Amino acid sequence: MSVLQPPAGPRTTEGPVPFLSRLHEWVATTDHKKLGVMYVTSGIIFLIIAGLEATMMRWQLAWPGQDVVGPEEFNRLFTMHGTTMVFFVGMPVLLGSANFLIPLMIGARDLAFPRLNAFGFWLFLFGGLLLYFSYFGGQGLYGMGSAPDVGWFAYAPLTERTFSRGHSTDYWILGIFVAGIGSTATGINMIATILGMRCRGMSLMKMPLFVWIMLVDCFLIVIALPPLAAAQILLLFDRQLGAHFFDAQAGGSALLWQNLFWFFGHPEVYILILPAFAFVSEIIPVFSRKVIFGYPLMVAATVAIGFISLGVWVHHMFAVGLSPLINVIFMGSTMLVGVPTGIKMFNWVATMVGGRIRLQTPMLFSLGFLCQFLLGGLTGIFLATVPFDWQVSDSYFVVGHFHYVLFGGLLFAILAAIYYWFPKVTGRMMSERIGTWQFWLLIIGFNLTFGPMHVSGMLGMPRRIYTYQLDRGWELWNLLSSIGVIFQLLAFALLVWNLLRSVFKGREAGDDPWDAWTLEWSTTSPPPAYNFDEEPVVHSRRPLWDLKHPDDPDWRYE
Amino acid sequence: MNGWNSLRDIIAVVSGANSHGSIQRPSMFDPAGEPAALVLDITWLLVGICGAIGVVVLAIIAFSLARCRAIPGDDREPAQVYGSNPIELAWTVIPLLIVFVLFMVSARGIFELERTTPPEGAIEVTVVGHRWWWEFDYGDLGVITAGELHVPYDEGKPTDIYLTLESADVAHSFWVPQLGPKMDVIPDRINHLWLQANRPGTFVGQCAEYCGNQHANMLITVVVEPRKDFEKWLSNQQRPAVEDPSVAEGRRLFLRTSCINCHTVRGTVANGTFAPDLTHLMSRNVIGSGVVRNTHDNLREWVWDPQNIKPGCEMPSMKLTREEVDLVCDYLETLK
Repeated sequence: MSVLQPPAGPRTTEGPVPFLSRLHEWVATTDHKKLGVMYVTSGIIFLIIAGLEATMMRWQLAWPGQDVVGPEEFNRLFTMHGTTMVFFVGMPVLLGSANFLIPLMIGARDLAFPRLNAFGFWLFLFGGLLLYFSYFGGQGLYGMGSAPDVGWFAYAPLTERTFSRGHSTDYWILGIFVAGIGSTATGINMIATILGMRCRGMSLMKMPLFVWIMLVDCFLIVIALPPLAAAQILLLFDRQLGAHFFDAQAGGSALLWQNLFWFFGHPEVYILILPAFAFVSEIIPVFSRKVIFGYPLMVAATVAIGFISLGVWVHHMFAVGLSPLINVIFMGSTMLVGVPTGIKMFNWVATMVGGRIRLQTPMLFSLGFLCQFLLGGLTGIFLATVPFDWQVSDSYFVVGHFHYVLFGGLLFAILAAIYYWFPKVTGRMMSERIGTWQFWLLIIGFNLTFGPMHVSGMLGMPRRIYTYQLDRGWELWNLLSSIGVIFQLLAFALLVWNLLRSVFKGREAGDDPWDAWTLEWSTTSPPPAYNFDEEPVVHSRRPLWDLKHPDDPDWRYE
Repeated sequence: MNGWNSLRDIIAVVSGANSHGSIQRPSMFDPAGEPAALVLDITWLLVGICGAIGVVVLAIIAFSLARCRAIPGDDREPAQVYGSNPIELAWTVIPLLIVFVLFMVSARGIFELERTTPPEGAIEVTVVGHRWWWEFDYGDLGVITAGELHVPYDEGKPTDIYLTLESADVAHSFWVPQLGPKMDVIPDRINHLWLQANRPGTFVGQCAEYCGNQHANMLITVVVEPRKDFEKWLSNQQRPAVEDPSVAEGRRLFLRTSCINCHTVRGTVANGTFAPDLTHLMSRNVIGSGVVRNTHDNLREWVWDPQNIKPGCEMPSMKLTREEVDLVCDYLETLK
């Protein structure tokens, strides 16, 4: 077991390093940890931008007939908000955390292809900047810029040149296309790393659940992103070369785009939520002081979600008038995906029962994830039921649902992960006090904003409207939603403050502040460039448990 | 638009002081026909099942938080439980059974709601979605109108409405929650939608698929009226436009302006089909697909510059003088 001793090498403390060489070190790096930090940092910056866009929308919708932004600007805001959150917040945070953590968790020194990894990151960042450059370049080179205004799923034929003039839609296509190439490359890189670079003793069934879930996630990325890239290139042909793939007036098919987009789009939402499962599957056991309940079933449920999620995309298209048989089939597959998801939920809860729960910030946010994802999952069952979906699809009910899943679920899990792994990344603790304040403000703000949306949707309010008529019964619910944003703004201001303050002034963390069990906690915080002095050898899923409890090691029971 | 006045209106509305009475709110909880009622029944079933699951899971989480907390000063680790096959089997099989029940119930709902042939005695109308207004074509009845769908109602017998949905440009979605579920309106498809009204009244809804700039103001009004009133409306709609000599000057001006490239007034040279048919403009309560009520002042403001009222809509200001706008509108107001 001596191989698990932390490396004794010094941290780089030989005097101040000049700014330019430090910059060069980051720009030219192929180190998975530096790239991971850059991924997550740029994700947080995009998160703030997209959050401010949402704030503008809620201000406009606070009561009917507001004139904060006009219809064109509003349409750009929700397009950019959705596109940014999915492609430039969710994706980088998941790829960044996988980047940082997977080599550490499997006892490797880096990813399989470090330079491909750097390439993937810079493509992602370039794609995001290209998308936002549209604010300046969308109308060509003169006059006012304009961002895309076609919605994040960009339904044809609204995206054809007839209806979308200028270059804003081209920026949308190219920004995501470029970032998508980066994500696909990193996905392949992760799969190769996980399958080929695990340390001695770590068979597939001894990997931490985080690694398992990320493996399935990366397979989904590699399968789902290329169809989107293909569809986007077809659309680019339509717009730039006069093709007619989606041009309904010239014999193209609007439905073809919907099928291609959602064939990517539905696996995509699982690509986004699986990392949340990965985070809490590590955090809940540590803060309950219990091994994860039913590891083999958790792995099986993950793989099942991966397979089923590739066959549910038509549930976004229940209202397009497909035949009853097709609707019934996809309703079945959609309901079926709820079963493995439910298994995961039950197993997390079972891990908590009988434990000794410590309510520190990572656990608080994980609990927020559990409760809110539960609600989002249940409204998902509502929406899978086709007759109900026909009534509320494309209404605010759907907006409420996917924010409970992606914000209440994914973002809360991301926050849990930030609080949990920040000590490992920086060597310093984040403030528990500020974190607790942030948690409660965010719980209030989140539920106040997105809870009422379910009601306004069922009262007949469609999504993506920049204003609404008086006396439809939506006023109160919209006002509540907008008031919730104030709490959320405060919460995120606290997060930013906590992050900045803790980087410089946080309490020293030590190697293993949470008394955790996976390999990343056996090296220093922050880890040295080479991660481990010697390649670790593991005998169970919780190598540090074995080390801390030599009398009662895990491998006896697995 | 000033926000504080609107806020005052909202308070009035929420407190019930300013209720319009006849126009109903588009809530799915207030169904006015079999399709909407069927969806609501399934909704209550879902609320029951999913609510129960939610309560159970939240209760277990609350229990573990109440009873399974760390004790300060006591560093011992709890018993490590690696799993339990019977328990895990239970929460795999029970959800499967629940899902199976839900699946069977809703599959039945799908086959009942998704009709490809009109019910007996249904009124059949073709709906064409345009950016950003609705065209209603009554087919053999020889009536084409916009914005407001009129259907007859016989006392004691629900009216079946069978719509054929087509789009002239991009994807839209036709949604009047009280009369039934929504259906997308897609350019390369012809869709059908079965709705039902079991009482007279004015029902509202709007486009539910993002279709560009003025998606928010692509409103739908469905007027369900007693058979007698409907017949009167119908026979009026079937007549060509009124020719009132007292507004001849406004009429000449209208026919000389490019209004006629897009609008039709039956019986004149105006035969454009790009915009709403104006033959019986004054029989409609709203203009601009419902964005404002069809009043003397609103009509003038609309013709003066529609972009002030519905910014981004396809109708431009014709750059007429105020006098010319008055003349044209005097003429339009005779189109009853």
